[in-house]
Amino acid sequence: MNKIVLQVKELGKRFGEGCPRCSGGDPTALERNYCPACGTVYALSDVSLDLFESEVLGIVGESGSGKSTVLNCLYFDLEPSGGEAFIAQYKNGNESIFSGSGQTRRYIRNHVFGKVYQNPVLGLKMKFSSLANIAEKMIAAGNRNVGAMENRARELLTHVSIPHHRMKEAPANFSGGMQQRVQIAKALSNNPPILLLDEVTTGLDLSVQARVLDLVKQIQRELSISMLLVSHDLGVVRMLADRTIVMLNGRVVERGLTDQILEDPQHPYTQELVYSLL
Amino acid sequence: MRPVLDAQNLSKRFTIHQLDKHITGCTDVSIRIEPGEFVGITGRSGSGKSTVLKLIYRTYLPQEGTILYDSNEFGTVDLTSADEQTVIYLRHHEIGYVSQFLNVIPRTTAREIVETAILETGRDAEFARTETERILAHFELDRELWDSYPNNFSGGEKLRLNIARAMVKHPRLLLLDEPTASLDGRSKERVRLLIEQLKNEGTTMLGIFHDLEFMGGLCDKEYSMSLGSFTA
Ligand SMILES: Nc1ncnc2c1ncn2[C@@H]1O[C@H](COP(=O)(O)OP(=O)(O)OP(=O)(O)O)[C@@H](O)[C@H]1O
Ligand SMILES: Nc1ncnc2c1ncn2[C@@H]1O[C@H](COP(=O)(O)OP(=O)(O)OP(=O)(O)O)[C@@H](O)[C@H]1O
Ligand SMILES: [Mg+2]
Ligand SMILES: [Mg+2]
Ligand SMILES: [Zn+2]
Repeated sequence: MNKIVLQVKELGKRFGEGCPRCSGGDPTALERNYCPACGTVYALSDVSLDLFESEVLGIVGESGSGKSTVLNCLYFDLEPSGGEAFIAQYKNGNESIFSGSGQTRRYIRNHVFGKVYQNPVLGLKMKFSSLANIAEKMIAAGNRNVGAMENRARELLTHVSIPHHRMKEAPANFSGGMQQRVQIAKALSNNPPILLLDEVTTGLDLSVQARVLDLVKQIQRELSISMLLVSHDLGVVRMLADRTIVMLNGRVVERGLTDQILEDPQHPYTQELVYSLL
Repeated sequence: MRPVLDAQNLSKRFTIHQLDKHITGCTDVSIRIEPGEFVGITGRSGSGKSTVLKLIYRTYLPQEGTILYDSNEFGTVDLTSADEQTVIYLRHHEIGYVSQFLNVIPRTTAREIVETAILETGRDAEFARTETERILAHFELDRELWDSYPNNFSGGEKLRLNIARAMVKHPRLLLLDEPTASLDGRSKERVRLLIEQLKNEGTTMLGIFHDLEFMGGLCDKEYSMSLGSFTA
């Protein structure tokens, strides 16, 4: 059976210092994820999850529930306030990646994870060419051979259907769907075992969405990469994820096989989410 | 010999929090299926037939009862409490489910759908390719359709593809929820033939059929939802 490639334990992320009223971990002290006494936002509280080899794990939940924050902490874009995460590539999974030095973190970011940001502006340098955007990630991972990098970048951009004559263009000129596809190519450039996908299809027209989804499915089928797939669209998750977790106010309120979450939701919030879709 | 499936005292109730409502799915269902048996479930609409199949497939979790499944890989597994990775493995390798509805990924061709199903069982690409062609031909799916997307298929074509996808895995246990309900006579006959072939190979099956008569001869036992037991 498949092995665990990423294990997240009790991840927490707080914006603000907390106060005596809210810092005890009592959820009733909060209004949703917010402490009315001191203004601290508890973006994540006690989030635990396991990601298995070649598995797609869906993360769903309403706006502000903490989905992006999970990925941002794992990719070291944000420093978590608590919790641990383990991958086999770092100290054989015996130490949390959050205890690693800056150098370790860069290594993990460049070799273990690929990320597609919800907002392409965060994932791409909009004024550089698409080829240069991909080369940048490969250089960060220690590549120096310009010819080889260009070939690889062209191969990846072809794979995500960016036409040849547009590869030297800056993503600023591209449509939203094309920008997402360049982000996917960039994320794949170092053959990472784990992809972090944040709303890859949100805001795209239906036909473009289908192409991006198709691409994700193809990558999963051919490369057996594990993915954390964040989406507020249950249809996307139904198509791609074997298992799904449901978040609300920074907490995981339900987890299970995706068909189970969609057809037999238990938590009142999950029911609201699922039934509003029918 | 151990039964392939031994479901005991299954009860399922759905709670709709918003409406503060409870709906009974099924109550105290016990079904035991020996290796190679074909068992039919009968009962009126709403009596819980589909619920029983979904409990076995683990789409639903029951409030009460156990479902002991005799796995090739893991020995006896209680499907109501097995961990998710075990259930995913069993769905890929041992337990198939066919309903009237085809859930497909957009822009995946008929051929890819069936090949993926075979690859999930761990067979190699060459085998997947030839076996896919064999099964698509068996179901008389037009060759022009093999490399097109099923979104545009007719109801009957979708159904035949759906059944093909489940059957190519040669699952140890196959759950069938009215797979032939909207098929024409000729397509039904193709399905019947394949079910017969699977039965001859020793596949254990539990199915809901609108006209169980049609499956006559293949069906070893009937479980009646209203009696709560097998009919004589
Ligand atoms: N820098 C910040 N300072 C304060 N609060 C923040 C900051 N960044 C995020 N938050 C808060 O953290 C919570 C979780 O945000 P997050 O972006 O993870 O939500 P999300 O589930 O991804 O939502 P969406 O579906 O809208 O993308 C929100 O309440 C948000 O307002
Ligand atoms: N996911 C669900 N959520 C809520 N109620 C459900 C769900 N699934 C089934 N039910 C209810 O459980 C009862 C049994 O439904 P089920 O689909 O098992 O009946 P059935 O015997 O298959 O009927 P039919 O012959 O019409 O297909 C029905 O009252 C149904 O509304
Ligand atoms: Mg977000
Ligand atoms: Mg039914
Ligand atoms: Zn506070």
